[in-house]
Amino acid sequence: MIIVTLIEVRDGAAKKSSLEALSEARRQADKRGSTVTAVVIGSPSAEAITRTSTFRPDRILVADDAVFANYSAQAYAKALDQAVKQENAEAVFVSASAMGKEVVARTAAKSQTSVLADVVSIDWQTSFKAQRPVYSGKAYAQVEAKPGTPAFVSLRPNVFPLGEAAPDHKPDVQKLAVSIGADDLKGKVTETHKTVTETVELAEAEIIVSGGRGLKGPEHFHLVKELAQVLGAAMGASRAVVDAGWIDHQFQVGQTGKVVSPTLYIACGISGAIQHLAGMSSSKYIVAINKDPDAPIFKIANYGIVGDVFQILPALTEEIRKLKSE
Amino acid sequence: MNIIVFLKQVPDTASRIRIGAGGKNIDESDITWVISPYDEYALEEALKIKESKGTGKVTVISMGPERVTAALRNALATGADEAVHLIDPTFEGSDAFATAKILAASLKNRSYDILFFGKTGVGMDQSQVPSMVAELLNLPQVTQIAKLEVGDGKVIAHREIEGATETVEASLPVVLAAEKGLNEPRYPSLKGIMAAKKKPLEVVNLAALGLNASEVGAQGSQVVLTSLSLPPERAAGKILQGDPRETAKQLAALLRNEAKVI
Repeated sequence: MIIVTLIEVRDGAAKKSSLEALSEARRQADKRGSTVTAVVIGSPSAEAITRTSTFRPDRILVADDAVFANYSAQAYAKALDQAVKQENAEAVFVSASAMGKEVVARTAAKSQTSVLADVVSIDWQTSFKAQRPVYSGKAYAQVEAKPGTPAFVSLRPNVFPLGEAAPDHKPDVQKLAVSIGADDLKGKVTETHKTVTETVELAEAEIIVSGGRGLKGPEHFHLVKELAQVLGAAMGASRAVVDAGWIDHQFQVGQTGKVVSPTLYIACGISGAIQHLAGMSSSKYIVAINKDPDAPIFKIANYGIVGDVFQILPALTEEIRKLKSE
Repeated sequence: MNIIVFLKQVPDTASRIRIGAGGKNIDESDITWVISPYDEYALEEALKIKESKGTGKVTVISMGPERVTAALRNALATGADEAVHLIDPTFEGSDAFATAKILAASLKNRSYDILFFGKTGVGMDQSQVPSMVAELLNLPQVTQIAKLEVGDGKVIAHREIEGATETVEASLPVVLAAEKGLNEPRYPSLKGIMAAKKKPLEVVNLAALGLNASEVGAQGSQVVLTSLSLPPERAAGKILQGDPRETAKQLAALLRNEAKVI
């Protein structure tokens, strides 16, 4: 039996979260005695194929015709669907990224089935079961795929670990020929603008430093940014400060923003409204810095400091800089 | 320009979630139901497009039990022209694909240029239905839209992805899904609330959609929810107080030596 995985290509490189999906496919396949086929769609560099190979797929199918240079949900789903049918896949693993969510939904619909979406753990014995957060992590749902169609699964980024790289692994690499016509290209990307330049992207970050109303104004957000920089972390924000216009909503963490699961989440001047907690409470370690000892954020924090963010943030930034330079 | 906006009624984001008897649903007793926040951006954008074109119709469609009528009335009061309520006991337990089949079936005999959704239904958080409806109808799609221009026979949409914005061009008809930041939704006016009472609200069941019971609900779904549980409680943490320099130093040391995360 075969597990098919989708490898997303950004700027020629294989996206980390899709390599996580590939790594999980490999682990599941090893348990079941199945094989793994990685489907690479886009314009991958030679290095992207090499990197994909190190996570030990048995086969790589590459759809790199010119029509795939620019992302189109329709065309990409057609390519993935072709691979799923050609390989007679028992399961399809993709990253629950912006692209992955669109492509897997369309591809599953082509197989007359749904998706186990944004899962955080997989229990695949006789039937395919998985756990997924609902209500932005206020609850967890156990979901199960009925037999009869492949199990289409999107995996939450940053949750499934990358496998150990095997630099000498040489999979069978083949071209995936897909016939794409005008009807498959009714919508496509014409341009991509990077918005994150100096800081790391939220959804993929190992560490996130977030700021809230306790910072008192947008002019003080540099304190959060400086701590984020010394940690190599992404910057986040609460809904209150996004709605107040201090910072763009792409930084918002919470139920109507991004739901994140970093290793370390540092909340600065954030009291912990229920909809914010929903977006970050699955972080491995939570640190809270707030002057109100009764703030709800302290109830879920592993570590906390009760005090003034204006004094603590610069001191913490300095201490971490010292530790890092040792 | 005819625009259809799909609304989902969800628990208010400030709601505390409890598990209901049976362990597969939430306890609805203290829940305040609202239109899913991202769907409000979709509705607002649809109204703005209609206003700027000066012609066309905005139809809102929602699937769900009796209580969904309130969401549809609210949308009519906000400015939608007509509403459709998809309601049938057999719809209960539909997965994303079964839901997409029901929504797609409701579009037969309706003319549309844009099918507008929110990027995700706050609650089940799947982000699957818009793409599946697009696939079933063989339409292009753009999700996570933060900015939209509607041109002649096409849209140019700016889509927010990880660390970047994608510009997507798509021909009409098209499936769109709104992200936060697209607009600032308006509230219903008193005049709007009065006018809404005279606007049509059509009730459509399984038979009227021309579907079979075996195609929808738990029976027609390949992915089933078997149980719902609350996340494990987090253990009490170490909370430091005192001199800022000293506590900052202690915290840095704990993160390095105990948690080993920096």
